[in-house]
Amino acid sequence: MREKEKQLFYNVDRVTVLIYALLVFMGWLNIYAAVYNDQHSNILDISQKYGKQLIWIGGAALLAILILMLDANFYTVFAYIFYSIVVIACIAVPYLGREVKGSRSWFRFGDVGIQPAEFMKFAANLALAKFLSNVNLKIDEHRSNESSLLTKYKNTIIAGIIIGAPLIIIKLLQDETGLAIVFIAFVFTLYREGLSVNFLLIGLLAVVLFILALLVNNTYLFVIIGSLCLVSFLFIKRNRKNFFLVVLIGSVACSMVMGTSKIYEKLEPHQKIRIDVLLGRGTVDLKKEGYNVNQAKIAIGSGGFAGKGYLKGTQTKYDFVPEQDTDFIFCTVGEEWGFIGSSVVILLQLALILRVINISERQRSPFGRIYGYGVASVLFFHLAVNIGMTIGLAPVIGIPLPFFSYGGSSLWSFTILLFIFIKLDANRLLILR
Amino acid sequence: MNNQLSDRKYIIGGLFVFVVVIYIFRLFYIQIMDEQYKDAANNNAFRYLTDYPPRGYIFDRNGKKLVVNEPSNDLMVIPIDVKGCDTLTLCKILNIDPQTFKKRIDRAKLVNGRRKSSIFEKALTTEMYAKLQEKMFRFNGFYFQKRSVRSYPMKIAGHLLGYIGEVSKEKAEKDPYYHEGDYIGVSGIERSYEIPLRGKKGVRVVMVDVHNQEKGSYMNGKFDTAGVSGLGLTCTLDAEIQAYGEQLMQGKKGSIVAIDPSNGEVLCIVSSPAYDPNLLVGHDRAKNFSKMYQDTLYNPLFNRASQAMYPPGSIFKLIDALVGQNDGVLGIHTVYPCNMGYPPMGGKPKCHRHPAADLTASIQYSCNSYYSYVFRSIVDQARYPHFKDGYQHWRDNVMSFGVGKKLGYDIPYEKPGNVPSIKYYNKVFGENGWRSNTIVSLGIGQAELTIVPIQMANVICAIANKGFYYIPHVIRAVGNDPNKIDPKYKVKQYTLVQNPEYYDNVINGMQKVVEAGTAAASKIKDIVICGKTGTAQNPHGKDHAVFVAFAPRDNPKIAIACVVENSGFGGTWAAPISSLIIEKYIKRKVERKEIEKRMLEADLITGKNVPPEKKH
Repeated sequence: MREKEKQLFYNVDRVTVLIYALLVFMGWLNIYAAVYNDQHSNILDISQKYGKQLIWIGGAALLAILILMLDANFYTVFAYIFYSIVVIACIAVPYLGREVKGSRSWFRFGDVGIQPAEFMKFAANLALAKFLSNVNLKIDEHRSNESSLLTKYKNTIIAGIIIGAPLIIIKLLQDETGLAIVFIAFVFTLYREGLSVNFLLIGLLAVVLFILALLVNNTYLFVIIGSLCLVSFLFIKRNRKNFFLVVLIGSVACSMVMGTSKIYEKLEPHQKIRIDVLLGRGTVDLKKEGYNVNQAKIAIGSGGFAGKGYLKGTQTKYDFVPEQDTDFIFCTVGEEWGFIGSSVVILLQLALILRVINISERQRSPFGRIYGYGVASVLFFHLAVNIGMTIGLAPVIGIPLPFFSYGGSSLWSFTILLFIFIKLDANRLLILR
Repeated sequence: MNNQLSDRKYIIGGLFVFVVVIYIFRLFYIQIMDEQYKDAANNNAFRYLTDYPPRGYIFDRNGKKLVVNEPSNDLMVIPIDVKGCDTLTLCKILNIDPQTFKKRIDRAKLVNGRRKSSIFEKALTTEMYAKLQEKMFRFNGFYFQKRSVRSYPMKIAGHLLGYIGEVSKEKAEKDPYYHEGDYIGVSGIERSYEIPLRGKKGVRVVMVDVHNQEKGSYMNGKFDTAGVSGLGLTCTLDAEIQAYGEQLMQGKKGSIVAIDPSNGEVLCIVSSPAYDPNLLVGHDRAKNFSKMYQDTLYNPLFNRASQAMYPPGSIFKLIDALVGQNDGVLGIHTVYPCNMGYPPMGGKPKCHRHPAADLTASIQYSCNSYYSYVFRSIVDQARYPHFKDGYQHWRDNVMSFGVGKKLGYDIPYEKPGNVPSIKYYNKVFGENGWRSNTIVSLGIGQAELTIVPIQMANVICAIANKGFYYIPHVIRAVGNDPNKIDPKYKVKQYTLVQNPEYYDNVINGMQKVVEAGTAAASKIKDIVICGKTGTAQNPHGKDHAVFVAFAPRDNPKIAIACVVENSGFGGTWAAPISSLIIEKYIKRKVERKEIEKRMLEADLITGKNVPPEKKH
């Protein structure tokens, strides 16, 4: 028994590893296609991105094995330490790192760059899992004896800080919106662990109001909000408490609407444009601000049912699509493999995510479960935003497609994220001993 | 409680699945339902490069080259590469200032983008090309592009050959063969024989990257088609005669048309002032064109031979004489009085002093009174109860000689001339407001009658052939194949006068015209010329001189019409010039050097070398 447990792949979830390997392999095929030209067709040519990606993949495999070799408790015990180290690295990188293409988020080691923010994902996930495994957010709501909101929602607030801090650091210090915004995904984890639905509804309402305020004449919105408030009295008890509540909600909603234009004005010009492109506000110049999304849609749309065939895509091969090997790698899939290939890739990603959720639910320890939900949430967020932006359903935010996009940092960080979970799952039966 | 929370996995999982399903629907829509992205992708990545075939050459009847293609160089620029270019020297060679240089670069960027090549200077002159080539290494971003342009080695027949130019927007929209920027025949033969001359464009599908750089052919050229060269044309012109005609007409406004009566082939078609067709090609084309276009005084671009409508004047009497005989109202011995004019109308139309005239002499002396009688006797003849039927009969007969209607020849922008209709006179004079005497001056080729020089020559063909003509045409073979020309040019067009005897009577008179009549100065030893002088009335100034003739009398080889504007009487200029053409064509050389010299040197426009006028 003990001997068996010492084996590297003992109790490792084969389905997850298989889907992972499949995605990485397909990702590499598409990077090859995106960068392909007739002069450099040797797959081992490390002057080319597909050659480099092979090295990254090899590294990722080593990392995966290393993670599986370490004791599962290692991650639990050192969760906060990992978190601290990466937070410090993220704070330090703008000062110590070298500037690459206007971005100050890279540590350079010779020819190779490492982006510490990428590793923040699993570090934050570990820390969050560790924190939440000891508390229950659901209890927050029922702690009615606490008078102050601050103490009542103490745990929620701490959890919020664990995921909010990286977001703010990465956004403010490194100005990497794509890397920062991913931490919103952990809301799904919080929800699973008992976060009040009200928080989510308020968040959702805020997003809806923001979009409406940009699209619809604000006066109409005020009238609608007012009417909704009045109508609500028909259904709830008319007492003083409810009256104040409704008035409060109504005025917060109205001030949000009024605040929208202020927030919008504060945004960077390119962010404004991305929002405008997504919502179809104003006129979009397809040669300028609308170029990326339009070219991405053209590449994917021209793929048709079965695609143009591997290495036969014209849009990606001839550089019409920007960032085609990284953030817009899905265009290569769409153009060369068509509807079939695109669907297969999306469904594979979904299968991996659902598998991770499924495994999470079978964990005996809250730590494993919470960590698993973090993995699923992060993967889903990347999938939804990355593919959404190529087909015009999400704003253009520079985040990679997990396991697909070119780049060592993102591949390694997703690998670490996933394989820690696989290791936790492999050890789940040992927890209670 | 934990049980309740674990139910949330369905909500989370359900949300994830929901989003993915939406994405797949969206993909289904843009990849399968919506076709616009496929077109957009093709527009992005494919360029359809046109392979322009060489345009066909044009030769004269003896195989001399009239139009050929010559290589020319355009100076091209790729704006992004213009760094460290010796702009000043370049401007100096091209004769432009630095502002113009900058403007052109900006325009190139605007129109084709900074990475793509644009034309900087079209059709460089040989001098510019040589100077530029020497220093090309100093002009970064510039290069030469070879192009083929039309060239006219003999510098003749500009009006007839015409020119090519960029296709108009309307034409490009209507005709799928043409795209904007393509060249098309704009006038002359270039226009009427555009289709055989142009050949067939080929197309090459290449793939380009986002910087518009070629990345090779699409699917190994599976969809490429090769261009087909344009066909050569053999023109009916005799280049030597054409050149000689243009020389003779120098310093004169007017035209010469000579036709071979035996087949309708146009031997020369001169419109003067002529121009060197090479002016409308190459570097200074635009400048030259607008200069000629704006010259309203001489109108050099106007093809008088096929477009100028003159009153025919006395040459019309030939037709009257034929129709009159045919109707039996005129015989060889018919004599009419002439008292320096037409007596029934009080001496109008006027005439000049000449001996009493029968049919032959009436032609020889060109008696106006005689043909006023003839005209009225045709119109008022007894078999037509109403004179309008008689007039219609006269008009039909006249028009059967190819006047007052389009002949259908192969020179574009044909003008019909005019033989007024009954409707027209009813409108002008009222239903009952006119009689045959009202319009009697039609009989002597005046009033509303108009005729185009090429029609004049054609009438003479019909007379020379004694009753038929072939539609005049300027192309005898397409791509060396004489059968490729329109078969209508090989069909005899019969006039309504078919008795050769009537023609002989008229031809006798015409022979007398040259031997002892109004054109006596133009006779040639050994060649019997039959001709007729005329004066086309010109309300704007001095009358136009007209001469028509054919020669020799037996087996006619050439029919000719010559109009010299504002030169008065036909015998002074038009007849000698015509006789020189006839001499040159039949004998291949000119022996009457004195007349030739006089004709060549005379400049009627400036009045240089013009002797004082003799009174006839």
